[in-house]
Amino acid sequence: MGIVVKFYNSTLNVIAGFGDYMRLIGNVFWAMFKKPPNWSLLREQLYNIGVLSLNVVAVTGISTGVVLAAQSYYQLAEKGLAGVTGIMVAKAMITELGPVLTALMVTGRVGSAMTAELGTMQVTEQIDALKSMAINPNAYLVAPRFLAGIIMVPLLTIFSIILGIWGGYVISVYFFGMSPSTYFDPMPFHVTMFDIVTGIVKAIFFGIILITVCCYKGMQTKGGAAGVGRSTTTSVVISYVTILVSDFLLTIALNSLHQEMMTDWV
Amino acid sequence: MIIVKDLWKKFGDLEVLQGFNLEVQKGEILVILGRSGVGKSVLLRHIIGIEKPDKGTVEVNGVVISELKQKDIYKAVMNMGMLFQGGALFDSMNVLDNTGFYLSQHKNPETNKRYKKEEIKQKVVEALKMVDLEEAIEKMPSDLSGGMKKRAALARLIVYRPQILLYDEPTTGLDPITAQQINELIVKTQNELKGTSIIVTHDIHSALYVADRIALIKDGKIAYIAEPSAFMEIDDPLIKVLKETLTHHPQARKEQKDV
Repeated sequence: MGIVVKFYNSTLNVIAGFGDYMRLIGNVFWAMFKKPPNWSLLREQLYNIGVLSLNVVAVTGISTGVVLAAQSYYQLAEKGLAGVTGIMVAKAMITELGPVLTALMVTGRVGSAMTAELGTMQVTEQIDALKSMAINPNAYLVAPRFLAGIIMVPLLTIFSIILGIWGGYVISVYFFGMSPSTYFDPMPFHVTMFDIVTGIVKAIFFGIILITVCCYKGMQTKGGAAGVGRSTTTSVVISYVTILVSDFLLTIALNSLHQEMMTDWV
Repeated sequence: MIIVKDLWKKFGDLEVLQGFNLEVQKGEILVILGRSGVGKSVLLRHIIGIEKPDKGTVEVNGVVISELKQKDIYKAVMNMGMLFQGGALFDSMNVLDNTGFYLSQHKNPETNKRYKKEEIKQKVVEALKMVDLEEAIEKMPSDLSGGMKKRAALARLIVYRPQILLYDEPTTGLDPITAQQINELIVKTQNELKGTSIIVTHDIHSALYVADRIALIKDGKIAYIAEPSAFMEIDDPLIKVLKETLTHHPQARKEQKDV
Protein backbone atom coordinates (compact mmCIF):
# COMPACT_ATOMS: atom_id res chain seq x y z
CA MET A 1 0.00 0.00 0.00
CA GLY A 2 2.83 2.34 0.98
CA ILE A 3 4.55 1.78 -2.35
CA VAL A 4 1.32 2.50 -4.25
CA VAL A 5 0.77 5.74 -2.34
CA LYS A 6 4.41 6.76 -2.89
CA PHE A 7 4.13 5.99 -6.61
CA TYR A 8 0.85 7.93 -6.80
CA ASN A 9 2.38 10.93 -5.01
CA SER A 10 5.54 10.83 -7.16
CA THR A 11 3.43 10.70 -10.32
CA LEU A 12 1.36 13.65 -9.13
CA ASN A 13 4.56 15.59 -8.35
CA VAL A 14 5.98 14.88 -11.80
CA ILE A 15 2.74 16.01 -13.48
CA ALA A 16 2.55 19.13 -11.29
CA GLY A 17 6.23 19.86 -12.00
CA PHE A 18 5.67 19.49 -15.74
CA GLY A 19 2.67 21.82 -15.48
CA ASP A 20 4.78 24.42 -13.64
CA TYR A 21 7.53 24.04 -16.24
CA MET A 22 5.11 24.60 -19.12
CA ARG A 23 3.65 27.59 -17.27
CA LEU A 24 7.15 29.05 -16.93
CA ILE A 25 7.67 28.71 -20.70
CA GLY A 26 4.28 30.34 -21.32
CA ASN A 27 5.07 33.18 -18.91
CA VAL A 28 8.45 33.79 -20.51
CA PHE A 29 6.95 33.93 -24.01
CA TRP A 30 4.25 36.29 -22.73
CA ALA A 31 6.82 38.48 -20.96
CA MET A 32 8.95 38.67 -24.13
CA PHE A 33 5.92 39.42 -26.26
CA LYS A 34 4.83 42.24 -23.95
CA LYS A 35 8.27 43.75 -23.60
CA PRO A 36 11.46 42.42 -25.21
CA PRO A 37 14.31 41.89 -22.73
CA ASN A 38 16.51 44.83 -21.90
CA TRP A 39 19.47 44.97 -24.31
CA SER A 40 22.13 45.13 -21.58
CA LEU A 41 20.72 41.97 -19.92
CA LEU A 42 20.46 40.21 -23.30
CA ARG A 43 24.00 41.23 -24.27
CA GLU A 44 25.36 39.82 -21.00
CA GLN A 45 23.62 36.50 -21.64
CA LEU A 46 24.67 36.39 -25.30
CA TYR A 47 28.24 36.77 -24.08
CA ASN A 48 27.87 34.20 -21.29
CA ILE A 49 26.17 31.58 -23.41
CA GLY A 50 27.87 32.26 -26.73
CA VAL A 51 31.31 33.79 -26.42
CA LEU A 52 32.35 32.00 -23.23
CA SER A 53 31.29 28.63 -24.69
CA LEU A 54 33.38 29.00 -27.85
CA ASN A 55 36.43 27.16 -26.45
CA VAL A 56 34.60 24.14 -25.16
CA VAL A 57 32.42 23.88 -28.27
CA ALA A 58 35.48 24.26 -30.53
CA VAL A 59 37.36 21.47 -28.76
CA THR A 60 34.30 19.21 -28.89
CA GLY A 61 33.63 19.96 -32.58
CA ILE A 62 37.22 19.42 -33.73
CA SER A 63 37.79 16.26 -31.70
CA THR A 64 34.50 14.76 -32.86
CA GLY A 65 35.28 15.55 -36.51
CA VAL A 66 38.80 14.14 -36.20
CA VAL A 67 37.69 10.88 -34.54
CA LEU A 68 34.73 10.49 -36.89
CA ALA A 69 36.99 10.92 -39.95
CA ALA A 70 39.58 8.50 -38.57
CA GLN A 71 37.01 5.82 -37.71
CA SER A 72 35.23 6.25 -41.06
CA TYR A 73 38.50 6.08 -42.99
CA TYR A 74 39.64 2.88 -41.25
CA GLN A 75 36.28 1.18 -41.87
CA LEU A 76 35.74 2.44 -45.42
CA ALA A 77 39.27 2.24 -46.83
CA GLU A 78 39.25 -1.57 -46.54
CA LYS A 79 36.27 -1.64 -48.89
CA GLY A 80 37.69 0.99 -51.21
CA LEU A 81 35.22 3.62 -50.08
CA ALA A 82 37.63 6.06 -48.42
CA GLY A 83 36.26 8.84 -50.62
CA VAL A 84 33.02 8.76 -48.68
CA THR A 85 34.79 9.93 -45.49
CA GLY A 86 34.06 13.61 -46.07
CA ILE A 87 30.36 12.95 -46.66
CA MET A 88 30.16 10.76 -43.54
CA VAL A 89 31.73 13.46 -41.40
CA ALA A 90 29.62 16.26 -42.84
CA LYS A 91 26.30 14.37 -42.62
CA ALA A 92 26.93 13.13 -39.10
CA MET A 93 28.14 16.52 -37.84
CA ILE A 94 25.30 18.49 -39.44
CA THR A 95 22.35 16.28 -38.55
CA GLU A 96 23.40 14.65 -35.27
CA LEU A 97 26.72 15.21 -33.58
CA GLY A 98 26.95 18.97 -34.04
CA PRO A 99 23.56 19.83 -32.49
CA VAL A 100 23.61 17.12 -29.79
CA LEU A 101 27.18 17.53 -28.58
CA THR A 102 26.98 21.33 -28.63
CA ALA A 103 23.78 21.23 -26.58
CA LEU A 104 25.30 18.81 -24.08
CA MET A 105 28.45 20.91 -23.72
CA VAL A 106 26.46 24.14 -23.32
CA THR A 107 24.28 22.44 -20.72
CA GLY A 108 27.36 21.40 -18.77
CA ARG A 109 29.05 24.78 -18.99
CA VAL A 110 26.21 27.31 -19.04
CA GLY A 111 23.06 25.46 -17.91
CA SER A 112 24.55 24.23 -14.66
CA ALA A 113 25.86 27.72 -13.86
CA MET A 114 22.43 29.18 -14.63
CA THR A 115 20.71 26.79 -12.24
CA ALA A 116 23.28 27.48 -9.55
CA GLU A 117 22.95 31.26 -9.99
CA LEU A 118 19.15 31.32 -10.01
CA GLY A 119 19.02 28.71 -7.24
CA THR A 120 21.27 30.84 -5.04
CA MET A 121 19.12 33.87 -5.79
CA GLN A 122 16.05 31.84 -4.80
CA VAL A 123 17.39 30.56 -1.47
CA THR A 124 18.82 33.96 -0.51
CA GLU A 125 15.47 35.66 -1.22
CA GLN A 126 16.88 37.73 -4.10
CA ILE A 127 14.06 36.54 -6.37
CA ASP A 128 11.54 37.48 -3.68
CA ALA A 129 13.25 40.86 -3.47
CA LEU A 130 12.64 41.31 -7.21
CA LYS A 131 8.96 40.47 -6.73
CA SER A 132 8.72 42.86 -3.77
CA MET A 133 10.01 45.60 -6.08
CA ALA A 134 7.24 44.84 -8.59
CA ILE A 135 9.61 43.15 -11.04
CA ASN A 136 8.59 39.94 -12.77
CA PRO A 137 11.52 37.50 -12.33
CA ASN A 138 10.48 35.60 -15.45
CA ALA A 139 10.85 38.75 -17.53
CA TYR A 140 13.98 40.00 -15.77
CA LEU A 141 15.91 36.76 -15.23
CA VAL A 142 14.58 34.05 -17.54
CA ALA A 143 13.57 35.92 -20.72
CA PRO A 144 17.07 37.27 -21.56
CA ARG A 145 18.60 33.83 -20.98
CA PHE A 146 15.88 32.20 -23.07
CA LEU A 147 16.32 34.56 -26.01
CA ALA A 148 20.11 34.37 -25.81
CA GLY A 149 19.88 30.56 -25.77
CA ILE A 150 17.67 30.47 -28.87
CA ILE A 151 20.14 32.71 -30.70
CA MET A 152 23.43 31.31 -29.43
CA VAL A 153 22.92 27.54 -29.34
CA PRO A 154 22.24 27.35 -33.12
CA LEU A 155 25.22 29.65 -33.81
CA LEU A 156 27.47 27.53 -31.61
CA THR A 157 26.16 24.44 -33.38
CA ILE A 158 27.09 25.90 -36.78
CA PHE A 159 30.53 26.77 -35.38
CA SER A 160 30.93 23.23 -34.05
CA ILE A 161 29.85 21.68 -37.38
CA ILE A 162 32.31 23.81 -39.37
CA LEU A 163 35.17 22.92 -37.02
CA GLY A 164 34.17 19.25 -37.05
CA ILE A 165 34.25 19.13 -40.85
CA TRP A 166 37.55 21.01 -40.82
CA GLY A 167 38.99 18.61 -38.22
CA GLY A 168 37.95 15.68 -40.42
CA TYR A 169 39.61 17.39 -43.38
CA VAL A 170 42.89 17.90 -41.51
CA ILE A 171 43.15 14.25 -40.39
CA SER A 172 41.99 12.88 -43.77
CA VAL A 173 44.34 15.00 -45.86
CA TYR A 174 47.41 15.38 -43.66
CA PHE A 175 47.35 12.03 -41.84
CA PHE A 176 45.71 9.62 -44.27
CA GLY A 177 46.95 11.36 -47.39
CA MET A 178 43.55 11.86 -49.01
CA SER A 179 43.32 14.68 -51.57
CA PRO A 180 41.33 17.75 -50.49
CA SER A 181 39.01 17.40 -53.47
CA THR A 182 38.20 13.78 -52.55
CA TYR A 183 37.17 15.00 -49.11
CA PHE A 184 35.21 18.08 -50.12
CA ASP A 185 33.93 17.59 -53.69
CA PRO A 186 31.17 15.01 -52.99
CA MET A 187 29.70 17.09 -50.14
CA PRO A 188 27.51 19.45 -52.20
CA PHE A 189 25.86 16.44 -53.89
CA HIS A 190 25.09 14.57 -50.71
CA VAL A 191 24.57 17.15 -48.01
CA THR A 192 21.09 18.49 -48.65
CA MET A 193 19.22 21.54 -47.48
CA PHE A 194 17.09 19.16 -45.42
CA ASP A 195 20.20 18.06 -43.48
CA ILE A 196 21.05 21.67 -42.69
CA VAL A 197 17.46 22.49 -41.65
CA THR A 198 17.44 19.37 -39.45
CA GLY A 199 20.60 20.50 -37.68
CA ILE A 200 19.33 24.04 -37.12
CA VAL A 201 15.85 22.96 -35.95
CA LYS A 202 17.41 20.52 -33.50
CA ALA A 203 19.78 23.19 -32.21
CA ILE A 204 16.88 25.61 -31.59
CA PHE A 205 14.88 22.91 -29.76
CA PHE A 206 17.87 21.87 -27.67
CA GLY A 207 18.56 25.51 -26.81
CA ILE A 208 14.98 25.95 -25.61
CA ILE A 209 15.14 22.71 -23.60
CA LEU A 210 18.44 23.37 -21.86
CA ILE A 211 17.71 26.99 -20.95
CA THR A 212 14.16 26.41 -19.72
CA VAL A 213 14.98 23.25 -17.74
CA CYS A 214 18.00 24.87 -16.09
CA CYS A 215 16.15 28.13 -15.31
CA TYR A 216 13.10 26.23 -14.04
CA LYS A 217 15.16 24.06 -11.70
CA GLY A 218 17.01 27.14 -10.46
CA MET A 219 13.78 29.05 -9.75
CA GLN A 220 12.33 26.02 -7.93
CA THR A 221 15.34 25.56 -5.63
CA LYS A 222 14.66 25.03 -1.93
CA GLY A 223 16.84 24.11 0.99
CA GLY A 224 19.96 26.30 1.09
CA ALA A 225 23.33 25.38 -0.35
CA ALA A 226 22.51 21.66 -0.46
CA GLY A 227 19.35 22.50 -2.40
CA VAL A 228 21.36 24.51 -4.93
CA GLY A 229 23.67 21.53 -5.43
CA ARG A 230 20.72 19.17 -5.87
CA SER A 231 19.00 21.49 -8.36
CA THR A 232 22.17 21.89 -10.39
CA THR A 233 22.73 18.14 -10.68
CA THR A 234 19.07 17.49 -11.47
CA SER A 235 18.90 20.21 -14.10
CA VAL A 236 21.92 18.81 -15.96
CA VAL A 237 20.62 15.23 -15.81
CA ILE A 238 17.11 16.20 -16.95
CA SER A 239 18.49 18.40 -19.74
CA TYR A 240 20.81 15.63 -21.00
CA VAL A 241 18.06 13.00 -21.01
CA THR A 242 15.51 15.35 -22.57
CA ILE A 243 17.95 16.43 -25.29
CA LEU A 244 18.79 12.81 -26.16
CA VAL A 245 15.14 11.67 -26.18
CA SER A 246 13.98 14.71 -28.14
CA ASP A 247 16.84 14.15 -30.61
CA PHE A 248 15.36 10.78 -31.47
CA LEU A 249 11.81 12.17 -31.66
CA LEU A 250 12.90 15.13 -33.81
CA THR A 251 14.84 12.82 -36.15
CA ILE A 252 11.76 10.68 -36.70
CA ALA A 253 9.40 13.66 -37.00
CA LEU A 254 11.58 15.68 -39.37
CA ASN A 255 12.37 12.71 -41.61
CA SER A 256 8.69 11.68 -41.76
CA LEU A 257 7.74 15.24 -42.64
CA HIS A 258 10.44 15.41 -45.26
CA GLN A 259 9.39 12.12 -46.84
CA GLU A 260 5.77 13.25 -46.92
CA MET A 261 6.72 16.54 -48.54
CA MET A 262 8.88 14.75 -51.12
CA THR A 263 6.04 12.32 -51.92
CA ASP A 264 3.59 15.21 -52.39
CA TRP A 265 6.08 17.08 -54.54
CA VAL A 266 6.71 14.03 -56.79
CA MET B 1 -4.26 50.66 5.74
CA ILE B 2 -3.66 46.92 5.86
CA ILE B 3 -6.47 44.49 6.65
CA VAL B 4 -5.84 40.76 6.98
CA LYS B 5 -8.97 38.65 7.34
CA ASP B 6 -9.17 34.98 8.31
CA LEU B 7 -5.83 34.10 6.69
CA TRP B 8 -4.91 30.43 6.48
CA LYS B 9 -1.65 29.01 5.13
CA LYS B 10 -0.29 25.50 5.24
CA PHE B 11 3.19 24.24 4.20
CA GLY B 12 3.09 20.47 3.86
CA ASP B 13 1.49 19.21 7.06
CA LEU B 14 2.34 22.37 9.01
CA GLU B 15 -0.56 24.78 9.44
CA VAL B 16 1.33 28.08 9.87
CA LEU B 17 -1.44 30.68 9.79
CA GLN B 18 -4.77 29.60 11.22
CA GLY B 19 -7.43 32.21 10.70
CA PHE B 20 -5.12 35.19 11.16
CA ASN B 21 -6.79 38.60 11.54
CA LEU B 22 -5.07 41.97 11.67
CA GLU B 23 -5.69 45.66 10.99
CA VAL B 24 -2.89 48.19 10.69
CA GLN B 25 -3.77 51.86 10.38
CA LYS B 26 -2.07 54.28 7.99
CA GLY B 27 0.91 55.93 9.65
CA GLU B 28 1.25 53.20 12.25
CA ILE B 29 4.30 51.09 13.14
CA LEU B 30 3.19 47.64 14.19
CA VAL B 31 5.76 45.23 15.61
CA ILE B 32 5.00 41.53 15.47
CA LEU B 33 6.65 39.21 17.96
CA GLY B 34 6.45 35.47 18.25
CA ARG B 35 8.53 32.35 18.44
CA SER B 36 10.36 31.06 15.36
CA GLY B 37 8.13 29.30 12.83
CA VAL B 38 4.83 30.85 13.95
CA GLY B 39 4.34 32.53 10.56
CA LYS B 40 5.57 36.09 11.12
CA SER B 41 7.60 36.25 7.89
CA VAL B 42 4.90 34.29 6.06
CA LEU B 43 2.46 37.05 6.97
CA LEU B 44 4.74 39.73 5.46
CA ARG B 45 5.14 37.64 2.31
CA HIS B 46 1.34 37.49 1.98
CA ILE B 47 1.01 41.23 2.40
CA ILE B 48 3.52 41.92 -0.38
CA GLY B 49 1.98 39.28 -2.65
CA ILE B 50 4.85 36.76 -2.72
CA GLU B 51 2.68 34.07 -1.12
CA LYS B 52 -0.92 33.16 -1.95
CA PRO B 53 -3.15 32.23 0.99
CA ASP B 54 -4.99 28.92 1.19
CA LYS B 55 -7.96 30.87 2.53
CA GLY B 56 -8.69 34.42 3.62
CA THR B 57 -7.86 37.85 2.25
CA VAL B 58 -5.14 40.48 2.46
CA GLU B 59 -6.21 44.01 1.65
CA VAL B 60 -3.75 46.88 1.28
CA ASN B 61 -5.06 50.41 0.80
CA GLY B 62 -8.35 49.05 -0.51
CA VAL B 63 -6.81 46.54 -2.95
CA VAL B 64 -7.34 42.86 -2.15
CA ILE B 65 -3.83 41.63 -2.95
CA SER B 66 -4.64 37.99 -2.26
CA GLU B 67 -7.23 37.82 -5.03
CA LEU B 68 -5.19 39.49 -7.77
CA LYS B 69 -3.54 37.75 -10.70
CA GLN B 70 0.27 37.79 -10.64
CA LYS B 71 0.59 40.58 -13.23
CA ASP B 72 -1.78 42.75 -11.19
CA ILE B 73 0.11 41.98 -7.99
CA TYR B 74 3.22 43.59 -9.49
CA LYS B 75 1.21 46.77 -10.10
CA ALA B 76 -0.33 46.67 -6.63
CA VAL B 77 2.98 46.33 -4.79
CA MET B 78 4.68 49.21 -6.62
CA ASN B 79 4.15 51.33 -3.54
CA MET B 80 5.33 48.70 -1.09
CA GLY B 81 8.76 47.57 0.00
CA MET B 82 10.24 44.81 2.10
CA LEU B 83 13.51 44.49 3.98
CA PHE B 84 14.48 40.83 3.89
CA GLN B 85 16.11 39.04 6.78
CA GLY B 86 19.45 38.48 5.02
CA GLY B 87 19.27 41.73 3.07
CA ALA B 88 18.68 39.90 -0.25
CA LEU B 89 21.09 42.20 -2.06
CA PHE B 90 21.75 41.17 -5.66
CA ASP B 91 25.14 39.43 -5.69
CA SER B 92 25.99 40.56 -9.21
CA MET B 93 25.58 44.28 -8.49
CA ASN B 94 27.53 46.74 -6.39
CA VAL B 95 25.88 48.81 -3.65
CA LEU B 96 25.15 51.67 -6.06
CA ASP B 97 23.31 49.43 -8.53
CA ASN B 98 21.58 47.48 -5.77
CA THR B 99 20.31 50.63 -4.10
CA GLY B 100 19.21 52.25 -7.34
CA PHE B 101 17.73 49.06 -8.76
CA TYR B 102 14.06 49.94 -8.25
CA LEU B 103 14.56 53.39 -9.76
CA SER B 104 16.38 51.93 -12.78
CA GLN B 105 13.51 49.53 -13.46
CA HIS B 106 10.48 51.80 -13.00
CA LYS B 107 9.34 55.15 -14.28
CA ASN B 108 9.21 58.24 -12.12
CA PRO B 109 5.50 58.41 -11.16
CA GLU B 110 5.60 62.22 -11.18
CA THR B 111 7.01 62.65 -14.70
CA ASN B 112 6.07 59.20 -16.10
CA LYS B 113 9.58 59.07 -17.58
CA ARG B 114 12.56 56.86 -16.78
CA TYR B 115 14.93 58.19 -14.15
CA LYS B 116 18.21 59.51 -15.54
CA LYS B 117 21.43 57.88 -14.37
CA GLU B 118 22.62 61.03 -12.56
CA GLU B 119 19.23 61.35 -10.88
CA ILE B 120 19.41 57.75 -9.66
CA LYS B 121 22.95 58.21 -8.40
CA GLN B 122 21.97 61.36 -6.51
CA LYS B 123 19.05 59.59 -4.80
CA VAL B 124 21.23 56.57 -4.03
CA VAL B 125 23.92 58.73 -2.45
CA GLU B 126 21.26 60.45 -0.30
CA ALA B 127 19.85 57.10 0.82
CA LEU B 128 23.32 55.71 1.55
CA LYS B 129 24.13 58.81 3.57
CA MET B 130 21.02 58.15 5.65
CA VAL B 131 22.28 54.66 6.48
CA ASP B 132 25.86 55.89 6.88
CA LEU B 133 27.16 53.76 4.03
CA GLU B 134 28.18 56.22 1.32
CA GLU B 135 31.82 55.03 1.46
CA ALA B 136 30.71 51.55 0.35
CA ILE B 137 28.93 52.71 -2.81
CA GLU B 138 31.26 50.82 -5.18
CA LYS B 139 31.54 47.69 -3.04
CA MET B 140 30.00 44.35 -3.95
CA PRO B 141 27.67 42.63 -1.44
CA SER B 142 30.32 39.93 -0.85
CA ASP B 143 32.65 42.64 0.49
CA LEU B 144 30.12 43.90 3.07
CA SER B 145 29.64 42.80 6.67
CA GLY B 146 26.24 41.58 7.88
CA GLY B 147 25.38 44.99 9.32
CA MET B 148 26.47 46.80 6.17
CA LYS B 149 24.35 44.45 4.06
CA LYS B 150 21.30 45.21 6.21
CA ARG B 151 21.95 48.94 5.94
CA ALA B 152 22.44 48.72 2.17
CA ALA B 153 19.17 46.77 1.92
CA LEU B 154 17.48 49.44 4.00
CA ALA B 155 18.86 52.12 1.67
CA ARG B 156 17.49 50.11 -1.30
CA LEU B 157 14.11 50.16 0.41
CA ILE B 158 13.93 53.81 1.39
CA VAL B 159 15.33 55.17 -1.87
CA TYR B 160 11.99 54.73 -3.65
CA ARG B 161 9.93 55.93 -0.70
CA PRO B 162 7.26 53.20 -0.50
CA GLN B 163 4.14 53.87 1.53
CA ILE B 164 3.97 50.37 3.00
CA LEU B 165 7.19 49.17 4.59
CA LEU B 166 7.67 45.60 5.75
CA TYR B 167 10.74 44.67 7.77
CA ASP B 168 11.69 41.05 8.35
CA GLU B 169 13.93 40.91 11.43
CA PRO B 170 15.79 44.14 10.64
CA THR B 171 18.10 44.02 13.67
CA THR B 172 18.75 40.28 13.96
CA GLY B 173 22.44 39.44 14.09
CA LEU B 174 23.56 43.04 14.44
CA ASP B 175 25.66 44.57 17.19
CA PRO B 176 23.69 46.81 19.59
CA ILE B 177 25.00 50.05 18.07
CA THR B 178 24.12 49.09 14.49
CA ALA B 179 20.80 47.68 15.70
CA GLN B 180 20.00 51.00 17.34
CA GLN B 181 21.00 52.85 14.15
CA ILE B 182 18.58 50.68 12.22
CA ASN B 183 15.83 51.32 14.77
CA GLU B 184 16.37 55.06 14.48
CA LEU B 185 16.31 54.81 10.70
CA ILE B 186 13.03 52.91 10.76
CA VAL B 187 11.45 55.63 12.88
CA LYS B 188 13.01 58.41 10.79
CA THR B 189 11.79 56.78 7.56
CA GLN B 190 8.34 56.37 9.02
CA ASN B 191 8.22 60.01 10.10
CA GLU B 192 9.33 61.16 6.65
CA LEU B 193 7.15 58.94 4.52
CA LYS B 194 4.11 58.93 6.81
CA GLY B 195 3.52 55.39 5.59
CA THR B 196 2.58 52.17 7.34
CA SER B 197 5.21 49.82 8.72
CA ILE B 198 5.07 46.25 9.94
CA ILE B 199 8.17 44.93 11.65
CA VAL B 200 8.73 41.29 12.45
CA THR B 201 11.38 40.82 15.11
CA HIS B 202 12.62 38.84 18.09
CA ASP B 203 14.34 41.92 19.47
CA ILE B 204 12.22 43.31 22.32
CA HIS B 205 14.48 46.38 22.65
CA SER B 206 13.84 47.20 19.03
CA ALA B 207 10.11 46.52 19.43
CA LEU B 208 9.76 48.85 22.38
CA TYR B 209 11.76 51.55 20.63
CA VAL B 210 9.91 51.66 17.32
CA ALA B 211 6.40 50.32 17.92
CA ASP B 212 3.11 52.14 18.12
CA ARG B 213 1.55 48.77 18.85
CA ILE B 214 3.03 45.33 19.50
CA ALA B 215 1.35 42.06 18.56
CA LEU B 216 2.23 38.56 19.69
CA ILE B 217 1.52 35.60 17.40
CA LYS B 218 0.65 32.22 18.90
CA ASP B 219 -0.88 29.17 17.21
CA GLY B 220 -1.10 30.89 13.85
CA LYS B 221 -3.07 33.91 15.02
CA ILE B 222 -2.66 37.06 17.09
CA ALA B 223 -2.78 36.29 20.79
CA TYR B 224 -2.35 39.85 22.05
CA ILE B 225 -2.06 43.28 20.49
CA ALA B 226 -1.53 46.45 22.48
CA GLU B 227 0.52 49.61 22.89
CA PRO B 228 4.08 48.89 24.12
CA SER B 229 3.55 49.79 27.78
CA ALA B 230 0.26 47.87 28.01
CA PHE B 231 1.75 44.96 26.08
CA MET B 232 4.55 44.49 28.59
CA GLU B 233 2.00 44.25 31.39
CA ILE B 234 0.15 41.31 29.81
CA ASP B 235 0.30 38.19 31.94
CA ASP B 236 1.75 35.66 29.51
CA PRO B 237 4.75 33.33 29.93
CA LEU B 238 6.37 34.48 26.66
CA ILE B 239 5.97 38.16 27.49
CA LYS B 240 7.42 37.41 30.94
CA VAL B 241 10.51 35.92 29.26
CA LEU B 242 10.76 38.96 26.98
CA LYS B 243 10.60 41.21 30.03
CA GLU B 244 13.41 39.29 31.67
CA THR B 245 15.63 39.73 28.61
CA LEU B 246 15.27 43.50 28.80
CA THR B 247 18.64 44.81 29.96
CA HIS B 248 17.66 48.43 29.96
CA HIS B 249 14.67 50.58 29.23
CA PRO B 250 15.07 51.89 25.72
CA GLN B 251 14.75 55.58 25.20
CA ALA B 252 11.27 56.60 24.34
CA ARG B 253 11.27 57.28 20.65
CA LYS B 254 8.85 60.13 21.18
CA GLU B 255 11.95 62.17 22.08
CA GLN B 256 13.43 61.47 18.68
CA LYS B 257 10.10 62.15 17.02
CA ASP B 258 9.90 65.55 18.65
CA VAL B 259 13.43 66.61 17.74
